[in-house]
Amino acid sequence: MSNTDKLHEIRAIIVRHKRWDLMFMAVGMFALMIAVLTFTVLFAQMIIDGMPRLSWDFFTSFPSRRPGSAGILSAWVGTSLVMLVTIVAAVPMGIGAGVYLEEYAPKNLVTEIIEVNVTNLAGVPSIIYGLLALGLFVYQLGFGQSILSAGLALALLILPVVIVTTREAIRAIPVAIREGAYALGATKWQTVSDHLIPYAAAGILTGIIIGLARAIGETAPIITIGAMTFIAFLPPSLVQTEFPFLSFEWLTSPFTVMPIQMFNWVSRPEEAFQLNAAAAGLVLVVMTLAMNGLAIYLRYHMRKKIKW
Amino acid sequence: MHESTDVHATSTQYKSEVRDLSFYYGEFNALKNINMVLHEKQVTALIGPSGCGKSTFLRCFNRMHDLYPGNRYMGEIILHPDDVNILASNVDPIEVRMRISMVFQKPNPFPKSIYENVAYGLRVRGVRQRAVLDEKVEEALRDAALWDEVKDRLNQLAFNLSGGQQQRLCIARALATDPEILLFDEPTSALDPIATASIEELITDLKDKVTILIVTHNMQQAARVSDYTAYMYLGELIEFGITDTIFIKPKNKQTEDYITGRFG
Repeated sequence: MSNTDKLHEIRAIIVRHKRWDLMFMAVGMFALMIAVLTFTVLFAQMIIDGMPRLSWDFFTSFPSRRPGSAGILSAWVGTSLVMLVTIVAAVPMGIGAGVYLEEYAPKNLVTEIIEVNVTNLAGVPSIIYGLLALGLFVYQLGFGQSILSAGLALALLILPVVIVTTREAIRAIPVAIREGAYALGATKWQTVSDHLIPYAAAGILTGIIIGLARAIGETAPIITIGAMTFIAFLPPSLVQTEFPFLSFEWLTSPFTVMPIQMFNWVSRPEEAFQLNAAAAGLVLVVMTLAMNGLAIYLRYHMRKKIKW
Repeated sequence: MHESTDVHATSTQYKSEVRDLSFYYGEFNALKNINMVLHEKQVTALIGPSGCGKSTFLRCFNRMHDLYPGNRYMGEIILHPDDVNILASNVDPIEVRMRISMVFQKPNPFPKSIYENVAYGLRVRGVRQRAVLDEKVEEALRDAALWDEVKDRLNQLAFNLSGGQQQRLCIARALATDPEILLFDEPTSALDPIATASIEELITDLKDKVTILIVTHNMQQAARVSDYTAYMYLGELIEFGITDTIFIKPKNKQTEDYITGRFG
């Protein structure tokens, strides 16, 4: 008799508790929907507005006063060249610093302070990097308001990301692999270059791409450095017909980048320019998503080969 | 270092002599005043309960402890025939590791091809000629009783091999550089009984080529594969001698208790 009473009581408690369960699920789902829906609506709006403007001409035309014939040629070329400088500067420095911290640096207080600060640097607002680059690269070193200055500024910005992911990728390699190499008489550098960096490559590459995906959309540091908002010529070509066939003049050229081109168009009163901005935004988002997609692909498929 | 001639006379049969070896992890005294010898081209087994310092002792032989800060050796490990103290601070640990190879507890092949795993020790030594590498790789794989199983797939990833095959690959990797001593740190503890049997058989076969020091937690294994056995307890060498004597008539009560399974 009392047994069935008890059972009823238990069931009542369960029903009451499950109500909370359901409630939290609803609240959580709602929160998630706000984030997802906002992005979806924004992205859809951008596609609707921008899609009709996307054509071959849009990619091969310079900006213009007439919205119908304006394009993003100087912007995407500028973005590509700035990214090139960023990669060349940030990748060797980031991997070098990450490997040094993980494998070479003595484990003491100074190293620990540096490690904590490298992690913190990833959270420094990008405008601060812009100001640093303005003072250091543009004025002190005399690089001017150039592709070089912008590329280096973005390289500084993503350096902490590259360092941190390099360290994490290297730390994920089991001690047994290191000891295996050392036991065969390998030096530290042989262990690092023959084993640790190759095995960590997928992780490091993922970090680089995620860093670049962040850098490609950065606007504040580029504005600080002094990118043009309206530019109707391309930087000098990377290759030339005469020896040594490579030219570095483009490094010091004025430039603009995709987000700045967008910003410029958005601030125009004519509605036709807003559509251009939507189209440029679409291109930028697709570029970023493609890079993130590549990072995810690399993470899952390159690591498949390596199982510890 | 100065050595008297009578030590040289005995050194022909000893590959290595351990003299008053103590080892510290920071403040912790892990090995206490160990004295023993390794007989040339014989198998010496280190047994004892976990935490007794047998792996720590083994890892002194290739200066593995130098990889981590705060470790300290005292005493000597003399390597014959050139009578060098491999623990001396002026002896490069890399030189020691090039003379004394090691096989680890868990198979640790590199995520490279079978061929490149075996060839790595040679590559570290600067060998580049393909013919030399091919020959040495084949010889090492044959010595490790793995050649017939892998000769048609040398370029496949080492991870595709079974656990026992991976461990024999690691043995081949260690053999490829003609080491003077081969260290085994519980080489079968991660393997099934059949793979264990094949590794044990291999160790017995390798005795003709190389001096072997093996750490094992398995007393039957020590009895099966070794010629000499050292029993360690709490960082001390309790008893050392011919394996048959240690297992049949141990001098020390503690050794007897451990071997007969009364503790440990």
